[in-house]
Amino acid sequence: MSSTANVAGTKNTAEIQDKSKRRFLVAATAGVGAVGAGFAAVPFVMSLRPSAKTQAAGAPVEIDISKMEMGQLLIVEWRGKPVWIVRRTENSLADLPSLNSKLSDPDSEVTSQQPDYAKNPARAIKPEYLVVIGICTHLGCSPTYIKKGAAAGNDIDDDWKGGFFCPCHGSKFDLAGRVYKGVPAPTNLVVPPYIYLSNTRILVGADSSKGVA
Amino acid sequence: MDKILTASLEWVDTRFPLTKMWNEHLAQYYAPKNFNMWYYFGSLALVLLVLQIFTGIFLAVNYKPDATMAFASVEHIMRDIDYGWLIRYMHSTGASFFFIVIYLHMFRALLYGSYKKPRELLWIIGMFIYACLMAESFLGYLLPWGQMSFWGAQVIISLFGAIPYVGEDLAVWIRGDYVIGDATLNRFFVYHVVLVPILLLALAAVHIIALHEVGSNNPDGIEIKKNKDPKTGIPLDGIPFHPYYTVKDIVGVTVFLILFCTVIFYAPEMGGYFLEHNNFFPADPMKTPEHIEPSWYFTPFYAILRAVPDKFLGVIAMGASIVVLFFLPWLDRSPVKSIRYKGWIFKMALGLFIVSFFGLAYLGMQPSTPIKTNFAQIFTTMYFAFFLLMPWYSKIDKTKPVPERVTD
Repeated sequence: MSSTANVAGTKNTAEIQDKSKRRFLVAATAGVGAVGAGFAAVPFVMSLRPSAKTQAAGAPVEIDISKMEMGQLLIVEWRGKPVWIVRRTENSLADLPSLNSKLSDPDSEVTSQQPDYAKNPARAIKPEYLVVIGICTHLGCSPTYIKKGAAAGNDIDDDWKGGFFCPCHGSKFDLAGRVYKGVPAPTNLVVPPYIYLSNTRILVGADSSKGVA
Repeated sequence: MDKILTASLEWVDTRFPLTKMWNEHLAQYYAPKNFNMWYYFGSLALVLLVLQIFTGIFLAVNYKPDATMAFASVEHIMRDIDYGWLIRYMHSTGASFFFIVIYLHMFRALLYGSYKKPRELLWIIGMFIYACLMAESFLGYLLPWGQMSFWGAQVIISLFGAIPYVGEDLAVWIRGDYVIGDATLNRFFVYHVVLVPILLLALAAVHIIALHEVGSNNPDGIEIKKNKDPKTGIPLDGIPFHPYYTVKDIVGVTVFLILFCTVIFYAPEMGGYFLEHNNFFPADPMKTPEHIEPSWYFTPFYAILRAVPDKFLGVIAMGASIVVLFFLPWLDRSPVKSIRYKGWIFKMALGLFIVSFFGLAYLGMQPSTPIKTNFAQIFTTMYFAFFLLMPWYSKIDKTKPVPERVTD
């Protein structure tokens, strides 16, 4: 290479020109290689997503609520998550509006947390029955149901009206699954899509507007 | 016989740098002569890495990474396999001891300024090892498929969900399902036994190569390479690693094994700290245990997460508490390395840091109450103040003159 440079007579410029070509080739090769690696990574990254089978799973679940007593909590599994059904008393429903000032989102303004038909003061189709996914919106623990007047309630709130308390990080929810202020959970508990098949049977995972969710 | 051995070694040496490597890393690697007790933990960490891989291979032989079989297969190892209980207790106790040793190893660096120039990169490689170790223990903790495995993983993976916009999709991608399930268990098993061990072995090798390039620090924080014998070029305060420190480390390993075996044989669960009681119940996605807590070695960071009453900011604070450690070499502006020559301000700051670390570790194990949350907030502030105020207090701190040669 040095001999060519000598022939050209200007050794320094020749070397600089050589380097710029070399730099271009290195950059071009690296660039093409990086794009290739990017494309090659796609199948591997995609293979880690939920499989078609997993996505297809999660059929709606039918629940019989005819035997539920006042204040009772029923837990059923839907898509691997606990779904709670609570039969609320007239008293508990009457307590709900009195809590509004203590809550982050009393009027269910965050649309992702419930279907439109549950955006009401009781967050339910029929106020008597609450249907929510029993997973804390903070980090995914399943909160504990604590009734009004239970001894554990006094530790949670001076005036506990019944609701759910997450043992993991202390988030609190009322009997409509609405989150209290000043706790780590940012949003209300999620109301899943559901319909009443009859007066005593609920189908979780499907609703009249979109069919099977 | 001797002749044959010498000839064989020569034959190898012309084809592979065996003698060269032996000399570079052992026989002619000159380490400072004033190492103290704190210098056992590096070699102990290496012993534990080998032990965990070795016992892990034997556990993987009988373990089944399937959500319907995992819990029973661990019971099978414990009850039906000959010495299965011993191998599992070695592995589970080894995990906790690994963290004890690594924390002491890191604290040694903090005491003697081993992260300071020219060892910044050595410290950063070490921090990557620590991060991999945390990932490894988290992944492994899901495998027994007990209640604590399930809900611990549920909480930690949900942390990713706190990232705005992409968080939920990212959490689903990590789990391979919308909830923790068989897909999650299967991939965590593979990451735990293949992916992260490879990273750990590679990083450990890189850590040692970097160490032998810059040379070991010592309790005086003096660069022994500054005082070399003019004839031989060997540091005057250095002694060959082999046989001096290999023999010393054997003593360390002996003492370590006495403690290690005592735990394995007499307290393998360590009162619920090494193996948590709730993990003896099979995973139940419908019911969170009354009180969940991470393994003891994560509790300081978990307490920081809980101290912040906001989902996203809590996750940020917890991440920052580990990320800040990476920047330690540039936070410390003190002209001296070792605590022996640092002033009272650094000593006081380090003391407060120790209090905050243990305070957070304790609070992370406790159910949260308003008073405990207040304490966690105070300790979190102290934890971050130690690092973030360091550029200021390490600069104004009155240091003592550092001697030319190491002291005994």
